[in-house]
Amino acid sequence: MNFTMDSIYLDAFAETARLAAALKDTVAFKLKKRGAVVGVSGGIDSSIVLALCAKTFGPEKVLAIMMPERDSSPESKELATVLCEKFKVPYILEDITDAVNGFGCYARRDEAVKRVFPEYDPKTYKMKIVLKDDKEAKGKLNLFYLTIIAPDGTVKSQRLPLAEYLQIVAASNFKQRSRTNMLYYHAEAKNYAVIGTGNKNEHEQGFFVKYGDGGADVKPIAHLFKTQVYQLAEFLGVPEDIRKRTPTTDTYSAEQTQEEFFYKMPFEVMDRIWDGWEKGVPSDVIAKVLNIPQAQVEVVINDVRQKIQTTEYLRQEPFSLG
Amino acid sequence: MSVSINYSEVVKEFIIDNFLFGDGAKITNDTPLLEKGIIDSTGVLELVAFIEDNFKVTVTDEELVQENFSSLIAIEKFLQSKNNKTASN
Repeated sequence: MNFTMDSIYLDAFAETARLAAALKDTVAFKLKKRGAVVGVSGGIDSSIVLALCAKTFGPEKVLAIMMPERDSSPESKELATVLCEKFKVPYILEDITDAVNGFGCYARRDEAVKRVFPEYDPKTYKMKIVLKDDKEAKGKLNLFYLTIIAPDGTVKSQRLPLAEYLQIVAASNFKQRSRTNMLYYHAEAKNYAVIGTGNKNEHEQGFFVKYGDGGADVKPIAHLFKTQVYQLAEFLGVPEDIRKRTPTTDTYSAEQTQEEFFYKMPFEVMDRIWDGWEKGVPSDVIAKVLNIPQAQVEVVINDVRQKIQTTEYLRQEPFSLG
Repeated sequence: MSVSINYSEVVKEFIIDNFLFGDGAKITNDTPLLEKGIIDSTGVLELVAFIEDNFKVTVTDEELVQENFSSLIAIEKFLQSKNNKTASN
């Protein structure tokens, strides 16, 4: 095949029409639901899903739910509001701070952070978890680092020991699981379906919480690379402020891009490498088209392959042993 | 006098006990631990913690590469090399 920088792009009109037809068929005839509930964060993925649902079902058959908590950026709520108003979709604000606090989310997380950095004070410090960026390192294992930012701006970072890593992630996952609970409350109260917002990068590399943001009745963009999500967002008229925003996790108190948390490189590069690899394009050809070293292409392919393989359990339904 | 340790035997026992619920038939010295999914990213953390605690070594960020943890043979080679470096310092 002729692999180019544009190979990743879709026929936006045709793909949108196909998705709308498939979504309507799934919700009406397979799920037998009367509309769609979408959790909106002000990010690009939930925005395109909301736009798609409004186009598919009509805005009056869609309900958007914003679910910030105390670590969320105020910008998330503002952008989500702009989005809902643009597509004339009714929306509800559900602050989940008290709910996750009730689970002990913040206390459990902060206890683990303090074991690594005793000076950490959640009232004045900010924290985040990052994957160390090392694009050139062949065969680098994916391990997480904890970063804290002091009130005076001093940054400290340390590789996370096992127990603290597990506790911080487990505690933080209360947020995504609480949001899914809330989405299903509204969906069941209206006999609507919950529409998932995860893209291909998240779905296949396991960048989601099982039974958290991974929980939905249908996942209409789980096959789309982030680059393709941006393409469809423009086609569907998602506001520019959302399209220009850097994707964040909006999970930890310190600002954190998805790139530093998990993906380690820009989507426009990673997606094209991954797309080429899936299409069987040799790594030297991908490298030439992207104008980057072949070794870097191979590092990315290896990283994607490793993440797909090690997160398989996240995509599996509970095993039946009968 | 330095004592020679068979690291891979100790690590193998840990992997069989901790990751395989005692099923030792699933692993030999050259089983590709990462490729076969016996050790995932959390498993690497567990393994590193075990190595650091049991052999009183510190695994640096630079040493956390697949080459050093790909099999029991690789782990043995890596730890012997670390041991030699420590002994010569």
